[in-house]
Amino acid sequence: MSKKTIHAIYGDDEVTLASVKKLVAAGIVIKEIFSPFPIHGIEPVIGVKKTRLATCAFLYGITGTLLGTLMMWYMMVHDWPTIVGGKPNFKYFYNVPAFIPITFECTVFCAAHGMALTFLLRSWLLPGVSPKNPDPRTTDDKFLVEIEADDKTADKAMKIMKESGAEEVKVC
Amino acid sequence: MQKQSDIRTPLILGDNITYKRISDDVIRPIIGKPPRLWYIVVTITGLMFAWGICCLAYTIGTGIGTWGSNNGVDWAWDITNFVWWIGIGHAGTLISAVLLLFRQKWRMGINRSAEAMTIFAVMCAAIFVVLHTGRPWLDYWLFPLPNQFGSLWPNFNSPLMWDVFAVSTYFTVSLVFWYLGLIPDFAMIRDRMVKPGWKKAYKILSFGWSGRVMDWNRFEEVSLVLAGLSTPLVFSVHSIVSMDFATSILPGWHTTIFPPYFVAGAIFSGFAMVLTLLLVMRKVFQLEHYITVKHIEYMNIVIILTGSMVGVAYLSELFISWYSGVEYEQYAFLNRATGPYMIAYYCMMTCNVVSPQLFWFKKIRTNLHFTFILSIVVNIGMWFERFVIIVPTLARTFIPATWNMYTPTFVDVGIFLGTIGMFFFFFLLFARYFPVIAQSELKTIVKYMVPGAGKNKSGQH
Repeated sequence: MSKKTIHAIYGDDEVTLASVKKLVAAGIVIKEIFSPFPIHGIEPVIGVKKTRLATCAFLYGITGTLLGTLMMWYMMVHDWPTIVGGKPNFKYFYNVPAFIPITFECTVFCAAHGMALTFLLRSWLLPGVSPKNPDPRTTDDKFLVEIEADDKTADKAMKIMKESGAEEVKVC
Repeated sequence: MQKQSDIRTPLILGDNITYKRISDDVIRPIIGKPPRLWYIVVTITGLMFAWGICCLAYTIGTGIGTWGSNNGVDWAWDITNFVWWIGIGHAGTLISAVLLLFRQKWRMGINRSAEAMTIFAVMCAAIFVVLHTGRPWLDYWLFPLPNQFGSLWPNFNSPLMWDVFAVSTYFTVSLVFWYLGLIPDFAMIRDRMVKPGWKKAYKILSFGWSGRVMDWNRFEEVSLVLAGLSTPLVFSVHSIVSMDFATSILPGWHTTIFPPYFVAGAIFSGFAMVLTLLLVMRKVFQLEHYITVKHIEYMNIVIILTGSMVGVAYLSELFISWYSGVEYEQYAFLNRATGPYMIAYYCMMTCNVVSPQLFWFKKIRTNLHFTFILSIVVNIGMWFERFVIIVPTLARTFIPATWNMYTPTFVDVGIFLGTIGMFFFFFLLFARYFPVIAQSELKTIVKYMVPGAGKNKSGQH
């Protein structure tokens, strides 16, 4: 029993979503869906968990705040405190109002770049990486659903795909 | 599934809008040969840019004395231009980030170009920051790096230092936000491009984007979070820039209205520059279906809003200077209106207070020629505003014996013209080689368009 890869091409995101729902209901596992724009509502249907990148950004942001605070405490309070404009520097909290802009900027910097790099590495998007979409039309106006099925379920899957509006169905 | 009401003007015009049509229209300027006019304007702006570089080299080689700045007026055209360019940059981030958070779908046709404009504007602003220190080869002293002066650290209490962090963060985060949004669009071009060298270039630029479910899931989350991070950046960066003036003791500068006044002014001039660029680009690249009269009208409404805020700020400054009873403050404003730079003051008042009020009339704000002229008028007015804040104030400070006049030298003017040339040069290159419309975003709202809805309501171009 060999596993076959089947590709179905659709022209509309709602049709794709409806078709995928029927396939999942029939017990077929969807391997991947390639689309030119995000299909809303597809993640719960095929069982893909939502990303935790926002949490990552928050954690990177906290790191940024801490790093910024540490930097300014070390440089202006601990290592070489100078009296600027007659204002004392002995404790960090004397300076906090003046340090807020830089603390904020450090937070945003670390949050944004940390999250962006994590995104690129998790999705493996780097200069020189080869694209994985089997059909180049999927970045233009077509949606491609890829499933792996053994001989028994392949026919059932292809039948569901054709009936629910697939423009092309082919076995690879 | 959301459906747009029938009485709303559609955001994409045309009878047969399909996903393919959008891809076709966005890729057409890149695949085809650009019009002759593109080559002409690239040459002109390239020459302006080159002249700017010559003046820059002259400044670095000979010294800051080649500028007109002197002991009294130590900030003049350099800081005027820096604040002007940074202000222009804020509109792009506002369109990309703030309008995303407010779910304003009309941003989709314009956000890519607006964000590109931000990147180039901040690059132009950075030139002035780097140069105005006088010894630009020592600019690394601005950063908190361990050194051999006993590790002499920069003063984090100073707004000039806040600027260093704010502008660096703003530039890098805007660049990342813009580029990540471009990735799926580069993928579209890569997959449709036939010429092998170009295909390879776009393959590298697209980072191997495939459009899988998890990729899109992450992409949307990253866009939302970056928008959420960029929004406070818009407000904080220009507030920090305004603090360069507001935290001083000079009359006319030392006022708490500066942060909101500068932010409103930045959005005001930024939207005007977006209009100047887009009105030309949509005609040249035949993108009138995506950057419609409705988009232009919405941007004009933002211009009335922020222009009115700027006008109110001017009036409140004038009122408070009188009401405070502080004679230095009163003289600062008397000097602006009646002193040696009064022409600049009246240019500023006419261009910034009077002209945006014209947009209250629907006939004017849907008229594209008028909008184009007014957008240039607004930008000129905002340049004069920054000039009026900086130069007359510095020319007439507390002690009359220290008063000094300022005139720009050809180097001041040359570097400014050079940055204008650089800005348009880079924007033209962007328009030629990069997708100017966020086509993957735009495709998500095609379904909302009800064909034929609102056709008799929108002002036809």
